[in-house]
Amino acid sequence: MGLSSRHLLGLEGVPAKDITLILDTAENLKSILDRPIPKVPTLRGITVVNLFFENSTRTRISFELAEKRLSADTINFSAAGSSVKKGETLKDTVRNIEAMKIDMIVVRHSAAGVPYFLTQCTDAVIINAGDGRHEHPTQALLDMMTLREKWGTLKGKKVAIIGDIRHSRVAGSNIRGLKTMGAEVMVCGPRTLIPPGIKEFGVEVTYRLDEAIEWADALNVLRIQLERQEKGLFPSIREYHNEYGITRERIARAKKELIIMHPGPINRGVELDADVADSEASIILDQVTNGVAVRMAVLVLLSGFDNSQESLR
Amino acid sequence: MCKVKAILINEVGLARTLTRLAHEIVERNAGAKNLAIIGVRTRGATLAERLVKRIEEIEGVRVPLGALDITLYRDDFRRRLKQPLVQATDIPFALDEMNIVLVDDVLYTGRTSRAALDALMDLGRPASVQLAVLIDRGHRELPIQPDYVGKRVTTSIGEEVRVRLKEKDGEDAVLLVEAPEEQ
Repeated sequence: MGLSSRHLLGLEGVPAKDITLILDTAENLKSILDRPIPKVPTLRGITVVNLFFENSTRTRISFELAEKRLSADTINFSAAGSSVKKGETLKDTVRNIEAMKIDMIVVRHSAAGVPYFLTQCTDAVIINAGDGRHEHPTQALLDMMTLREKWGTLKGKKVAIIGDIRHSRVAGSNIRGLKTMGAEVMVCGPRTLIPPGIKEFGVEVTYRLDEAIEWADALNVLRIQLERQEKGLFPSIREYHNEYGITRERIARAKKELIIMHPGPINRGVELDADVADSEASIILDQVTNGVAVRMAVLVLLSGFDNSQESLR
Repeated sequence: MCKVKAILINEVGLARTLTRLAHEIVERNAGAKNLAIIGVRTRGATLAERLVKRIEEIEGVRVPLGALDITLYRDDFRRRLKQPLVQATDIPFALDEMNIVLVDDVLYTGRTSRAALDALMDLGRPASVQLAVLIDRGHRELPIQPDYVGKRVTTSIGEEVRVRLKEKDGEDAVLLVEAPEEQ
């Protein structure tokens, strides 16, 4: 019983039994967050470095809380104000940190593949907290946990991912994880934000939001990355909202119960209307709570990794 | 399947033992007031359920029942070859001021009981904690002493005590088996 990999680099190739183990463990760990003393001694003596080369609020806080709830010692590193600014290489940064005797590294970086690269230059357990446009596995796991809580299963359920699929690591990990768990996935957005060849992942594609709403049991609405708007991938924010913004009227037209998700931070009034984000259909805050539980589960399971079963990943 | 060296308790004996333990618990606590039973997962939790039923038969009162998972409190969490499965702790009542009877199937080194005590103390402040075990097989590594014992058995390190319960294993029995070799 245990995960089949020593690191969590992404959800590509991660078997359903591993995902199920993480979700089951997270479900059991979630109650710790409501206890009078929301802390267990499981990772006492383990040191975790949160290595964030990119800005992050909720993922970083979520990981840090998860580590503290498990009694790990934590060190936070951000590129700003560090020796990275003096020209130190990633490898040197990590090897120096490792020389201070650490056990696990949670890494976020703007370049895809950095978590994998770190496995080649350190013995510490590596957890990907988002690498470029590639993967954000713990976000997808917390999304799956939240949906499974609602439905009891993911098998046969229909999830539409709406918005900037092209730049989204959240979409990448969600597609991989949901497909592995037997859910159906559709992506929807402007043609310029849907990467070519996406159908090879076994997903449906539509460019019409109403069609996605009609098809789906849940909508996972992605943040429009306003910083990329300058590149002219869609005409204007107003037009994006008109075509792809989730409004109460649009949902009402579908005449069915629909679950609304968002990885945050939300651009209210752009991809999601404020009253939809705060509606009963929204499980956005459940996602945030489950994020801590999922990250606790990943830390617990990887800290107790059975080296005798180590796979190549 | 490991070689069975002896049947320590059969189905009838197990029923009788649990009835005796229930009587002892009620007698020592002068009834069922402020009493609660918490079983250590997994087989301790099943035994705790049965003890609650027996106490209800004796006293006419159903005492609160809880189940405790101690995986996260184990001191060997990262040393074991096989990772233990984290299960849910389910204690649907406040522990404060309660007399808690902690139930486990086998008492061996005492490390599980130590972990269970730590877990309980994180959940509240009971008035007292008593320990009930079906089998005490000795070889303590920590100063843990049970308050209620189903049967004391002299064992060697190379042996294991397996408690089999109908709810989990389809039969009621306590077996002394040869320990499987470490892989």
